[in-house]
Amino acid sequence: MTINRSRLAIASLAIIGAVGLVGATAGAEELTVVSFGGAYQAAQSKALFQPAAKALGITVKEETYTSISDAVVKVKAGAVTWDVVASGSGSAARAGAGGYLEKLDYKVIDRSSFVPHTSQDYCVGGDVFSTVMAWNTKTYGDNHPKSWADFWDVKKFPGKRSYRKSVAGALEPALMADGVPADKVYEVLSSPGGIERAIKKIKELKPYISVWWSSGAQHAQLMKDGEVDMITGWNGRFDVVAKDGGKVAYTFNQALLDYDCYAIPKGAPHKDLAMKFLNEISKPQYQAEFTKYITYGPTNKKAYEIGKISADYAAKLPSSPQNVAVQLPVDLDWYIKNEEKAAAAYQNMLTE
Amino acid sequence: MSTPTAPATISLSDDHAAALSRDRLIERWVMLSLAAPAFAVVFVCLIVPVGWLFYLSFFTDSGAATLINYRHLIEQPSYVRIFWTTFKVSALTTAICAVLGYPLAYFMSQLPTRAANLCMIAVLLPFWTSLLVRTYAWLVLLQRTGLINHWGMQLGLWSEPLPLVNNLTGTLIGMVHIMLPFIVLPLYGNMRSIDRSLLQAAANLGASPVQSFWRIFLPLSVPGLTAGALVVFILCLGFYVTPEVLGGGRVTMVSSRIATDIDTFLNWGSASALGAVLLVLTFLLLWIASRLAKNLSLIGAGH
Repeated sequence: MTINRSRLAIASLAIIGAVGLVGATAGAEELTVVSFGGAYQAAQSKALFQPAAKALGITVKEETYTSISDAVVKVKAGAVTWDVVASGSGSAARAGAGGYLEKLDYKVIDRSSFVPHTSQDYCVGGDVFSTVMAWNTKTYGDNHPKSWADFWDVKKFPGKRSYRKSVAGALEPALMADGVPADKVYEVLSSPGGIERAIKKIKELKPYISVWWSSGAQHAQLMKDGEVDMITGWNGRFDVVAKDGGKVAYTFNQALLDYDCYAIPKGAPHKDLAMKFLNEISKPQYQAEFTKYITYGPTNKKAYEIGKISADYAAKLPSSPQNVAVQLPVDLDWYIKNEEKAAAAYQNMLTE
Repeated sequence: MSTPTAPATISLSDDHAAALSRDRLIERWVMLSLAAPAFAVVFVCLIVPVGWLFYLSFFTDSGAATLINYRHLIEQPSYVRIFWTTFKVSALTTAICAVLGYPLAYFMSQLPTRAANLCMIAVLLPFWTSLLVRTYAWLVLLQRTGLINHWGMQLGLWSEPLPLVNNLTGTLIGMVHIMLPFIVLPLYGNMRSIDRSLLQAAANLGASPVQSFWRIFLPLSVPGLTAGALVVFILCLGFYVTPEVLGGGRVTMVSSRIATDIDTFLNWGSASALGAVLLVLTFLLLWIASRLAKNLSLIGAGH
């Protein structure tokens, strides 16, 4: 694996170099935007990228990548060809703190009507998703779990559980199940012994967790096949499963509010244009359009007010006001400071 | 090149000798230059990146020398467990592959060539589908709601779904399936080349078929077995996809940890340190194994 990865790195450096030469000769009014591909990028392309390009009179070239670490490699090599990258909020915050991203100019990008906690210095939120608790409707029927305490209650709700393999979004539910109110969760996690308390709680549930999931595709699959009865995961994935006839439902109660965002890699060839582009796709009309393709909510609250999202549909979206009220926004500052430490403790618990 | 160093008083035969040795030298260089592209590839694709990784593991992102990446490996108990899991899974897979692969290769080696070739195609068939597809196929077969549990329970063989996947069992099933051809191929080649007349001679001297297998055939097939087992073991050490998909998060191998370090934490230093330690441990293990093998062959040198 060592060999493969390093070989890959060398090869990608060579390709980056070659692409860089080509990129330099291209016209100034072209932006290169990178996202994760699949249905997600298809939705971004149709609702955001191409309409915004048309409005600005520029061309947007799209590419796909696997994670922001690809962009970091480019920045390290000094061969940045991407202007805008889509990212999870947490990895963007880490890359930003590491100095691999341009600081966003919020004088250009208007975030005045954004849902609170959906933008940061280095990344502007594009859509809001939630880490929710989902359950098998066949197993539990009407008497389904309603809170994290229920998720931990194996007597009242017997059944196989699945939980996340990495630490992101794993400690907060444990503390809420342990009786910590949502607004005190990060306070407790930041205090000495806080992380240990959460991990101890997860250890309690460990014998009942049959799968530790590591990707969205995986947790969707687990619910679709009825492999587990209760799970944590990203709301949009479960909506897709339910639409396909899977026996799954979820609640926004005590869910973790998180967002996907757009960043500009350090040294991007068209930085200023990229800022304007980010401002354009943050506008309510694009964001409202985006929700038609996938049940991730807009970061711009005004998207709910322009008559493009029905009240029924809004109730399904993570960022609609009634859903925001019952959720806990993920605290990225806590993650930047503590994630490596927490991840080490989590890994110890997992491998025990 | 040897001419200038040749003694001043040269006879005719010395001249010939010098020419011969010059020819030999030229030939050696030609041979070497034939291998040069391969050396260049190995250097560029292997030596340089591995060296670079070793280098990375001793420095922080800002370029200061540090041992922190290695200190983590000792201080956090999870790393020791991850290495232990990696070697355990690899050793178990190799052992199971040897047990399953040996009789198969033996069977094939006894068949007429045409039938053996058909069998060989069957052995190689899995190579034609992607590893990822095969791994997911196992998931579909083995999971709680999967085909095997479904049929087993319908036939009344067991009443509760068996935990066949999302654990070590599932990982081993998947890895053995993928690795089996790697041990069968060298074994088969080795067994085919074993001289049948030796077995006939053994029978002639009164050995029973079982005796002649244990005392003649098995020792002669050891090189194939060792080569196959070595390939399987080493390939297993770097396995990523199969334990990720079939292990259910319970089987964390070094490669998976390396991926997390880079993808999540952008920490190349820590990932490189893991790679370096895995490489060193593997060399160490192989060295010990080769010493043991040498001792064994000394003991068994009688035959």
